[in-house]
Amino acid sequence: MLLGAGAASAAPEATALKAGVLSPVMAAPELALQATDGQALNLARYRGKVVLLAFGFSNCGEVCPITLATLAGARKKLGEAAGNVQVVYVTVDPERDDAARMKKFLGSFDPSFVGGVGTRAEIDAAQKSYGISSSKKVFADGNYSIGHSSSIYMIDRAGGLRAVMPYGHTADDFVHDLKILLRQ
Amino acid sequence: MNRKRILWIAPPLAVLVVLGWAGFAPVSVPSHDELFEIPKGTYARRMAGDKVEILPAKIRLTLGLNDVLLLRNLDVVPQVFGPTIMMPGQSFRLPFEKAAEYQFACTAHASGQMTIVVEPEPVMPWSKIRWRVRDWWENRKT
Repeated sequence: MLLGAGAASAAPEATALKAGVLSPVMAAPELALQATDGQALNLARYRGKVVLLAFGFSNCGEVCPITLATLAGARKKLGEAAGNVQVVYVTVDPERDDAARMKKFLGSFDPSFVGGVGTRAEIDAAQKSYGISSSKKVFADGNYSIGHSSSIYMIDRAGGLRAVMPYGHTADDFVHDLKILLRQ
Repeated sequence: MNRKRILWIAPPLAVLVVLGWAGFAPVSVPSHDELFEIPKGTYARRMAGDKVEILPAKIRLTLGLNDVLLLRNLDVVPQVFGPTIMMPGQSFRLPFEKAAEYQFACTAHASGQMTIVVEPEPVMPWSKIRWRVRDWWENRKT
């Protein structure tokens, strides 16, 4: 679904974002998962807020801790405005990540972060709608790690999928873009 | 005699003038956007077994010049490019601020991979000359 008015009015400012900008702006694919706060997880809950959506898993030792620390840092730098920013982190490892485990993992970075969990089929559907790839690497001891897409999707207050920040950007880059999105 | 001397001196002088211009004149491009389009029918051709490469496997960008990758999905199905999914008719404009080599997944490639090399802004004379030569070489057919 096109969010025509948003796309038209946002174009000049959108070019100023440090993230990659999608045009025309379309509605962010809806999520149908369980949230770590005990409620259903769907994006409609967060209308009026800017949502930073990313995928990962609690056993991740490389990418996820850096991403989450960066997002937590960005929220701190935003001050009061951080109340209008919601981080949603969806697991790509539903076999190990239940709501309690994800809540504990995310809470170690920022207690406001909300995790998304569900069945394998539900997670696969969420990944597919955002083009998220993941591949399991099994070690000799039977343990495994998961390589996964590491971008952060930026969803505006109206629920439009506005931009995508590739992995590796700083908290300041997020603050820069969030200030622009929060003004709209 | 003077004419013969001029004939000897003119070619190297001309080369020096060209090198001087290439090395010291400001480098500019009409747009920062480097546009690539995924044409309609890409998915269908791939499903039919056609291994056609729509986009180059390696894209070179230069900071301060063409440092924004602009992708347009003209196909009728969503395409995943690296950090995002693009719906049919949608474009993705990704600016780069750091010189580095970036690896992205890309469903428009038969290999599923795409490399973007972002090079530093050509500031020194030699780097300007190299940039102009490469630009001319890559665009000589267009």
